[in-house]
Amino acid sequence: MKYLDEFHDPELAASQFEEIERIVTRPWALMEVCGGQTHSIVRNGIDQLLPEQVRLIHGPGCPVCVTPLETIDKALAIAARDDVIFCSFGDMLRVPGSHHDLFQIRSNGGDVRVVYSPLDAVRIAADNPDKQVVFFGIGFETTAPANAMTVVEAKRRGLTNFSMLVSHVLVPPAIAAIASSPDTQVNAYLAAGHVNTVMGTAEYEPLVERFKVPIVVTGFEPLDVLEGIRRALLQLEQGRAEVENAYPRAVKAGGNPAAKAVLGEVFEVCDRAWRGIGVIPASGWRLSEAYRDFDAEHRFEVTDLTVEESPLCRSGEVLQGLIKPNECEQFGITCTPRKPLGATMVSSEGACAAYYQYRRLALQEEVRA
Amino acid sequence: MCLGVPGRIDAIRDEQGTPMASVDFGGIRKDVCLAYLPEAEVGDYTLVHVGFAITRIDEASALETLELIRSIGNLAEELGEEPADLAGDAAAGGGGS
Repeated sequence: MKYLDEFHDPELAASQFEEIERIVTRPWALMEVCGGQTHSIVRNGIDQLLPEQVRLIHGPGCPVCVTPLETIDKALAIAARDDVIFCSFGDMLRVPGSHHDLFQIRSNGGDVRVVYSPLDAVRIAADNPDKQVVFFGIGFETTAPANAMTVVEAKRRGLTNFSMLVSHVLVPPAIAAIASSPDTQVNAYLAAGHVNTVMGTAEYEPLVERFKVPIVVTGFEPLDVLEGIRRALLQLEQGRAEVENAYPRAVKAGGNPAAKAVLGEVFEVCDRAWRGIGVIPASGWRLSEAYRDFDAEHRFEVTDLTVEESPLCRSGEVLQGLIKPNECEQFGITCTPRKPLGATMVSSEGACAAYYQYRRLALQEEVRA
Repeated sequence: MCLGVPGRIDAIRDEQGTPMASVDFGGIRKDVCLAYLPEAEVGDYTLVHVGFAITRIDEASALETLELIRSIGNLAEELGEEPADLAGDAAAGGGGS
């Protein structure tokens, strides 16, 4: 398909690997922020084909993974109500809460529906005026415009039975949190290209100034990922730290102005807890005052939650790039995509799921050897 | 979650005040909301995320990136590094397409 096949060309990839080999003179660690890029890297074996001196650290860019346990438990409590139709992206259904997940709510009679587009949830609300329809609005800046449009549409259509449980997260504060950590090993960041299609690149300039690290806006196909890696390494070897756009066919410096205008109206910045990481200041969006009536947390009183994380799950360390998924003792044994201990094993962007899907057989052989 | 799929806009229509498009993803057609890409035209390639077009794919930039990557292969060849390995492989990759 156009704009996919060209960026999978194995011969061009081979010349990119050779160029990277030529550039690198000493050890560097790069973090790919986005879980979609992690999957592209692990699926294509990019990390295994790079020179030994180049290490890729998988970042926290998986919204499903970082949605706080308390919010998952709230979602479960709301979804279990008789008067509610609970709508969500499919990835969320198997994410473990303290005691169960959305699949179990559904098998116990709850009306839980998977939607492809958030607008489907608005249509469900219009078709079911006697029910409360709640949409689980999660995601990074890429998904935020779509989710914002649901409340704009609900307001425009005068739907009083629609609300959104919001757990939006933002990339730049997460990079700042990782870069300010005294233990950080990351020398440069591959920014999540689709976030930048919406937000543009200006927000990354202050980060580069403050932390003196290259940030390269990177796409998702194998050649895109390799181009991001090459440019980051070139900057490091030349002692530069700049914002660079290696994904110009999709990312403009100003982002998407129409989307940014709606985001500014619908959301306001708030502190946000990231599952496995903790609270990062000013790292989330919640509904603004003008749309507060559509906030499910205001509509449904959910109290008395006792949040209980699995004592065995090490997804927090995985999300911070401190360990690789297979370094967790539970990986592939007590923790699998069918029976996950943590969200990183569930999501199509979770690092544990990527390693399980593409690496577990090789990893088992390594253990045996 | 942040997956974006490129597709070609086949038709544009107005649905109760919201601009919508029919987008062709290599043979599969889906309805896509154009609220964030009001300037889009039939024939444009767009990146679609959860039912919304979030950006137009710029053909000139796509070709430029590919050209740049190709030129890297040629450059390595010109620098004469690892000539034995590169002679066959990189020349085919760089000049063949």
